Amino acid sequence: MPVTQTLRDGAWRVVELITTPVVPADYLDVIAPLRNPTVLRARISDVRPETATAVTLELRPGRGWEPHEPGQYIRVGVDIDGVRLWRAYSVSNAASRKDGRFTITVNAVPDGVVSSYLRYQARKGEIVHLDLPAGDFVLTKPRPAKALFVTAGSGITPVMGMLRSCLSEMPDVVVVHSAKTPEAVVFGAELRELAAAGRIRLIERHTTTEGRLKPAGIAELVPDLLDRETWACGPADLLDDLQEHWSDAGAAERLHVERFRPTVLVAGDGGTVTFEKSGVTTEVPGGTTILDAGEAAGQLMKSGCRMGICFKCVLPMREGIVRDVRDGAITTATEVDGDNVLIQTCVTTAAGPCRFDA
Amino acid sequence: MTTLQRKESNPIAHLSPEDIEEIGRELDAIRDEFLAIRGEKDAAHIRRMIKIQRRLELASRATLMLSVFPPAWILGTAGLAVAKILENMEIGHNILHGQYDFMRDPKIHSTTWEWDHASPAEQWKHSHNELHHKYTNVVGRDNDLGYGIMRVDEQQRWTKAHLGQPLYNLINALLFEYGIAAYDLELGRNLKTKKRRNNPEFRERLRAVGRKIRKQATKDYLVQPALAIPVGLAVGNPVGAFFGTMAATAVANVVRNLWSHSVIICGHFPKGVETFERTSITGETRGEWYLRQMLGSANISGGKLMHIMTGNLSHQIEHHLFPDLPSSQYAQIAPKIKALFAKYELKYVSGPMIVQVASAWAKVIRLALPNREPAREIDHSIPPRHPAEVGAGV
Repeated sequence: MPVTQTLRDGAWRVVELITTPVVPADYLDVIAPLRNPTVLRARISDVRPETATAVTLELRPGRGWEPHEPGQYIRVGVDIDGVRLWRAYSVSNAASRKDGRFTITVNAVPDGVVSSYLRYQARKGEIVHLDLPAGDFVLTKPRPAKALFVTAGSGITPVMGMLRSCLSEMPDVVVVHSAKTPEAVVFGAELRELAAAGRIRLIERHTTTEGRLKPAGIAELVPDLLDRETWACGPADLLDDLQEHWSDAGAAERLHVERFRPTVLVAGDGGTVTFEKSGVTTEVPGGTTILDAGEAAGQLMKSGCRMGICFKCVLPMREGIVRDVRDGAITTATEVDGDNVLIQTCVTTAAGPCRFDA
Repeated sequence: MTTLQRKESNPIAHLSPEDIEEIGRELDAIRDEFLAIRGEKDAAHIRRMIKIQRRLELASRATLMLSVFPPAWILGTAGLAVAKILENMEIGHNILHGQYDFMRDPKIHSTTWEWDHASPAEQWKHSHNELHHKYTNVVGRDNDLGYGIMRVDEQQRWTKAHLGQPLYNLINALLFEYGIAAYDLELGRNLKTKKRRNNPEFRERLRAVGRKIRKQATKDYLVQPALAIPVGLAVGNPVGAFFGTMAATAVANVVRNLWSHSVIICGHFPKGVETFERTSITGETRGEWYLRQMLGSANISGGKLMHIMTGNLSHQIEHHLFPDLPSSQYAQIAPKIKALFAKYELKYVSGPMIVQVASAWAKVIRLALPNREPAREIDHSIPPRHPAEVGAGV
């Protein structure tokens, strides 16, 4: 109805006039945070431990959510000790549940602030921030007649989503999965059940006793592997090995890999700073602030008090590692953080390569 | 610190340059200590404040739709005034300082926040965070001192125009948010010459303020009154409802203005607060910067409610030392700062609000008149770097 639509739009504009300088949704946020159409959030509706270190969280997304395709990941923003930290996790449930709820499965990694929090501290009812599902690690259409999945550790999560959604469409599926021990296999019971029912061929590799699997080893276990459309997810060195093997065999296009191991950033002294929009690149020595170095390199920098109190000089860091010259505190940013890591350039210096959105 | 040195007794005469640097190191250590524990509690504090403020504002604005009934008028006006004070003081001021940027929440961030105030956040951040906090109490650099229209120090030359300053101060208090907007625009300076008036950057900033004021006025003086008309019609007094509500929002705005003006003059004007000369800050060290903040600020004593309603500017000294630490930490920091003042025999200026406001007003009135005795001649050759060598009474 165009008339009611016009009336609603008009009413909304009046509401906007009265909520200025903020938007009506900001008021809605303090009453019903999941109703805000501009900020995607979800409430944790269930917490199910999977193994000693892995947990499955069921999330009920708020307004604005769009269903995922099996294999895709989402970025999740969790407030930990007051700071919002973002990580990417694969969706692990079957696609398109009617109520929109979905699950992510998280394996707590050593020193992993977010994964450890989600495994040991996250509670039902908590609100987390989300981004829409993304990634091209999805099954091809039509579905492959013969499929191979090579996974290690929590790399099984996107594959589990695919199996749960589309196994009935794939007649011949081999899953090669590595985990430290039989108990550490995430979704172990479910996978073994599928294998017992003859729906998949499951090859488990327990690396504590049997060592890591190499592509040659996989080729021995699955002789027709190059005939299979293959999806692989796991640690970077495994994926590197697989990619090399498949390229050498001239079958690179049949291998689909998913990498989201966070980039490892190690604090050093100084680093190369790149301003992406302008293309300016400069070497920043450990004692020089990014503001001074940027100005010296001809980058147009916003600045104010130059002593860390006015916050006029802040720039979003896309990726990199910096050190606060006042107290030595280290701040890192990776792609998964989005635009959320803002750096006071007047009191920070590079502690490694950094890229700024400026 | 020549302005200090002209005083009857120089408050820092007993400190050696080494002492001053040691004060700086001790303050840096306190800062590190509180940075380390900054986290969930502080994030929860600001979220809670925002939640309370928005709910209170919604409830008050809804109540004002019934403002034809006197109890609703009183309740709605009072609620809206409190909501506006919270929004400006504990929430807006502190978020715009970047105190809560550490949360990485794009909704609660100094770069995205906008507030219920005539001055756009961007312009206020420049004049407040960049100029006032860096040049605190430096005569001629810190425009917060007298807002460029008043005489705030015996050493400033007296002119007949200063006779009117109690009146200017009162007008400024009533229209404080517009005063701040004019001040952020540096209106006095920028309107002086044709060239400055036509400067495109100034004109753009002027337009931004115009847009902001128009939106604020539409909200409070047009839409809110219009929302009271339906109930007004029902009781046969739509015109009364409209203008009654307009009066209600005007009263709420004036109450907010008077309150924030009072809090702010308590910060740097009361008796015992020092001012500094322009030349005193060239080559200033970190320790000296800290010391200037310590001597140039005054606290307001009171309970938790007082701290919240003043946006924790009741801890003005702590705020000026660590403007980027969350306001929720100031009450905890204060005892350590007080101890540091005692250790170095410095005066921690603090008092009940009523006393501090009276003291500030007394100064404004006293300095409206010329000095009773001529200002002492001072020796400009004394290097400001070594105040201890000067000795008291110079």
